[in-house]
Parts: sequence; C-alpha cells; structure tokens
Amino acid sequence: MACIDQMTDGEKNHLLSLPCPNFDSTPWVSPPALHKCRIAIVSSAGIHRRGDRPFEPGDSDYRIIPADIEPNDVVMSHVSANFDRTGFQQDWNVIFPVDRLKELAEKGFIASVANYHYAFMGATEPQKMEQPARDLARIMRNDAVDAVLLVPV
Amino acid sequence: MGGLSHYFEEEGLPTTQISLIREHTEAIKPPRALWVPFELGRPLGVPNDPTFQTQVLMEALQLLESSQGPVLKDFSGEEPFHQTDGGPLACPVDFSPSAEPITEMDQLLLAFRQEFSQMRSWYDLARQKRGRTTSATSGIPVEELVDAISGFVKEGLSIRVASEVPPGTALKMAVEDLKAYYLEAVTIQPGQPTDSATLADWFWARTAAARVIGIARKICAESTDSLKGATNSLIPRTQLHRFES
Repeated sequence: MACIDQMTDGEKNHLLSLPCPNFDSTPWVSPPALHKCRIAIVSSAGIHRRGDRPFEPGDSDYRIIPADIEPNDVVMSHVSANFDRTGFQQDWNVIFPVDRLKELAEKGFIASVANYHYAFMGATEPQKMEQPARDLARIMRNDAVDAVLLVPV
Repeated sequence: MGGLSHYFEEEGLPTTQISLIREHTEAIKPPRALWVPFELGRPLGVPNDPTFQTQVLMEALQLLESSQGPVLKDFSGEEPFHQTDGGPLACPVDFSPSAEPITEMDQLLLAFRQEFSQMRSWYDLARQKRGRTTSATSGIPVEELVDAISGFVKEGLSIRVASEVPPGTALKMAVEDLKAYYLEAVTIQPGQPTDSATLADWFWARTAAARVIGIARKICAESTDSLKGATNSLIPRTQLHRFES
C-alpha cells in the first residue's frame, strides 16, 4: 500500500473527503545554504516524551522532544487507529528521523541539529493549530533554527 | 502538515516537508514538499534501513535549495519492497473449546491471558534488543495490562492510567499499549514478516487480544457517556469488517 490509488475505496474516499485548509497564497522564506542550516523536526505523529501529557482528541498544542532523548523515551498517543505503527515500533527513525539527521550533520550536509524537536497530533484541524504553530515558530527562531523539516504520519 | 508549514513560513521560518497524501498537498500548496509513495505511518519508508531513510531525508532537505515555489517533488527512489511471502503468522494460542463449563466470555479472556503470557518472552527480548518499547505509554505496567483490559470488558471497571484523561482516552491508551506489546513481540521473532499488512491481518484476525478489543469497542459504541468517543479509535477502519456481525 502506498499511493492513495492502492487503498480500499473506503479509505480513499475517507482521506479525500477530509477538509484541507484553503490559503490564498504560499508564503516563501529562503533559508541559508543547506550546509549552513540548523534543522528542527516537527512531527504530526502525536509523539511525546514518555510521561508527558498524552494527546487527546482535539488537542492543538505541541509536545517538546529534546534532541538528546533516548529512543525508549519517545512514545505515541495519536488518537487515530488508521495508520501503521509497526514501523515506528521497530525503528523510531521511520517517523522521527533524528538519527539520520544527526548523521547528515556529522557529514556536513547540514550544519547542525536543533536542541529541541516538536510534535503535534495531525488528527486535529490545522486551523486550530495556528496560534501554537506561530508561537512555536518564534521559539524555534530564538533557538537559531534555520529551517524546519515537517514529517507527517 | 501543510497548514503548519504555512504558519511557520509566514512567521519567517523556512520549511520543507514529507507528503504522504499528494492530493492534500496539492490542495494546501505548502512551500516545499517531497511526495513519497509510502503507507500512512511510515513517512521515511522502511524501518531499520538507514540508507533508504537517508535518501528520503536528503531529497526532502534539498528542496530547501529551491529558488521558488511552491515545490511538490516526487521521491526519486522505488517504493519499498514489502515482504509478504513469509506466510501467515501463527496463532499464539489454541482456541479449542475448554473441557471446563465456562462462559464464552471467560473462555476468551482465559485465551487472552494465555496468549499474552506466551508473547511475554518475545516482548522482553524485543525490548532488550531494540533498547526501547512503544508500549507502556499509558503507565500501566505490562504485567497488569491483561487485568486492566479484562476488567473493563467483563465488569466495566475503569482503566486507570498515569495521566488524568477521560475514560475513553485511558481505554485507547491501554489498547495501543496492548497492540504495541503484541506487535513488538512478534516482529522480533526470527523469520517473521514485518510488513504492516501481514502484521495487521495477523493481529486483527488471529489473536484473542483483538477479539477482546472488539468487545471493548462494542461497549464504547453502546455507551452514552464519554466512552462513546473512543468507539472509532480502537480498531482501524480497514479491519472493522472482522467485528461486524
């Protein structure tokens, strides 16, 4: 299963019927050269630190994931049952590619990895995330983040 | 994801993203997106394949070098190969009728307990070898998971988790812990398929745990309180047909 065309009709129709935000424009900010970029990950997989507040239906705020966190301390409380979790169970990089990002920093492909990453829960309507997202953007800029890698689930 | 990128970029922060549903990305038009032909839940494609993951990551990051946008690029690599020829996974326990005259519910819960117990060594090995578990998110100790879920389906006992959450969320967390326990255990067994479709079919069609979750879902569906909200968050839509009578 991969492309939407390979899903069952029920799944395909459900996904295509989900409302998407309609923006009038596409904002565009140019980052520094990639090898000078400090990158943060923002996930919508509903992951968080073990013991942190679980995501509940409708939650629009984010959880903080320190870059030096141990794999066993990242868990998931996304409310949806309709995506595969067995990949994440076998290897956290499938949804949170922090090890790969660190390797790219060591090779000089990017400058560095941010000290903090973040996760929302994608089941919530994007419009409800607007204010937390705008606040988070300012926080990341204060953390000298040059660009964000957004990873869905 | 596209909505977040819009807000971040408006605040002056450049973004690039992975897209799993091309149609959504085409509609939202985020500044930079790499569409990947992977299933939901696996945006980097393949677990335990650093080379493949790095290729995905590099292509997504390289979009930051685009001079104008919006950019929606297709991943250049092949769709990951799914190993589905490993044959069906074995059913963990024998469901033969018991010689004891016990109710159908008690028989199922007994099978559930035996099955869970049989998986324990594999779960412990998986946790040791991977150095992590995604189970125990609820804070319920692994050894108490069967009692907690059995108590809910048989006697309507509330499930208590570490966080202060509504009963439906607590049930959902316990069920996800249970699924993670089984799936982490079975994927460490030698020679077993690890593709998501085979694993989902195994869990939902072959285990007593899934049948117990089916009962929990029925209880939620018939509830008039906050449990009702959990009805659709326990079993994937693609597996619901197994529980419709």
